[in-house]
Amino acid sequence: MSGLALFWRRFRRNTAAVGGLVVLLLIVGAAVFGPVLHPVDPFDMLGRPTQPPSARFLLGTDVSGRDILAGLLHGARVSLVVGIVASLAATVVGLLVGAVAGYYGGVIDNLLMRATDFFLTIPSFVLAIVIVAIFQPSIFTVTAAIATVSWPSVARLVRGEFIAQRDRDYVRACRALGMRDWEIILRQILPNALPPVIVVSSLMVATAILTESGLSFLGLSDPDVVSWGYQIGVGRSVLRVAWWMSAIPGVTILVTVLAINLVGEGLNDALNPRVQQR
Amino acid sequence: MPPTLAFLARRLLQLGPVVLAIAALNFALLHMAPGDVADIIAASSGGAPVEFVEELRRNFGLDRPLWEQFLVFLGRLLVLDLGWSHIQQAPVLELVMERVPATLLLMLAAILVAVAAGMLLGILAAMRHRSWIDAVLSILALVVYATPQFWLGLMLIVLFSVTLGILPSGGMMTIATDLSWSARALDIARHLVLPSLTLGLFYVALYTRLMRASMLEVFTLDFITTARAKGLSETRISFVHAARNALLPVVTLAGVQIGHILGGSILVETVFGWPGLGRLVFDALLQRDLPLLLGVLLVSSVVVVLVNLLVDLVYGLLDPRIVQR
Repeated sequence: MSGLALFWRRFRRNTAAVGGLVVLLLIVGAAVFGPVLHPVDPFDMLGRPTQPPSARFLLGTDVSGRDILAGLLHGARVSLVVGIVASLAATVVGLLVGAVAGYYGGVIDNLLMRATDFFLTIPSFVLAIVIVAIFQPSIFTVTAAIATVSWPSVARLVRGEFIAQRDRDYVRACRALGMRDWEIILRQILPNALPPVIVVSSLMVATAILTESGLSFLGLSDPDVVSWGYQIGVGRSVLRVAWWMSAIPGVTILVTVLAINLVGEGLNDALNPRVQQR
Repeated sequence: MPPTLAFLARRLLQLGPVVLAIAALNFALLHMAPGDVADIIAASSGGAPVEFVEELRRNFGLDRPLWEQFLVFLGRLLVLDLGWSHIQQAPVLELVMERVPATLLLMLAAILVAVAAGMLLGILAAMRHRSWIDAVLSILALVVYATPQFWLGLMLIVLFSVTLGILPSGGMMTIATDLSWSARALDIARHLVLPSLTLGLFYVALYTRLMRASMLEVFTLDFITTARAKGLSETRISFVHAARNALLPVVTLAGVQIGHILGGSILVETVFGWPGLGRLVFDALLQRDLPLLLGVLLVSSVVVVLVNLLVDLVYGLLDPRIVQR
């Protein structure tokens, strides 16, 4: 059986994860095709402000009479792109730092881990706020800020994996064959260390989406795009009379993050089968 | 020197490098920011001639080499000078420190809620392992993990303040001067309910799962079998024998999470108008007050390190086997 088929068979066993995957695919579909199927500019003022959901505005309008559904669909793009790119960037940096620290050990390890611990100590959300505020909010700075505060946990994990692998026989054999360090790191150890990293970085997408929503709720989002957190922030001013305006984007974030977490758990079951089931 | 004191002294010394690193980070961020203090002052006075801006720069020492500026920055830090907020016209340290107690109170309340509820629910889930209670608690935990905290706060306001009208929706106390201290404490406690629930719920879920796993681990140990053989009730075994031993990982994790709780507190405070660091950050963001933001970063990092130290001490009290090194 091919690796992929085996992987799918193990993944399929976790019903919740399959459900999460279906929901996630729906959300990705909404993000990709939604703005095409529902071609409304989320910044256009189209009707009376603060309307409850109706036939014309399926999810109602916000305080400026903008279509909430359109904002939700455009926001899906922002959340997914920021979440995925930030997680990927953090994974790459974490892999590099963790691999070098774990493989070489000694002074390099010590220095890199001090830096990692430092980033784990300072309150990451506060650091993210400061970074975005200093470099002005945009999709890029928000993504970069989230990646900056997310890489240390990957680095720690990867370092552990590399320390566990670096003195195995196959690595010694590679060294004896005269293979270069970077080749051993990238082509020999990395594939073995990857499964837990994939799980952690898929879960990191969920955290990144939550962080992005928090930042944009505080007003730290790209002024040219609508995001879910921004929509909640807009609805907050009329919370007493129009609670649904904040409730709708919030539920969307919740469902998205929940779906990603379930998929992450499924990946964990499929990739690290040695973990016992309780 | 008694071992605990020596441990304390060593850990306090370790604070030095951390503060130095944060200072370096702050300095770097400040210098990467577009525009310096001179530009900001010039802009706030509605545009100024170039000579005036240059003059300002000289006055602030911004024309000196970078390393010299860094040393001056560090020197100021040594005498607890975190800079001056040009917008609020007050020293940054003063502005930040007057907000720290409110944030600490909120964090403490949230942690207490989280540890108490998480422990109880975790014990319950472990006792009824694989029953419907266990399943419901697992599902609830998953939902809570996925909920944005600030949004949860808004929804709790809708439910408890707007619809039911039983709890205040924001602030830390009712504006009234003629309250006795006990009435004042009760008033603050009432204002504290929703923010601490909002902030704590995520950790309730976390500690429930952690406590459950830890309890299940302890249940397999010999001394539990002994207790069962003695004919003790399952409740007594769970709460008295197992729970104590299962508590350690929960405390460890509480320490690791301090930075995370503080970050969450920023958002929760913004939602509830709680007069702590979070509100300060929000105001600083609105007014683009960089020195103040960086001051909050520095002070909150130090708070995290200190609270972690405290957790380590508690850890030693809970488990005397651990030698504090």
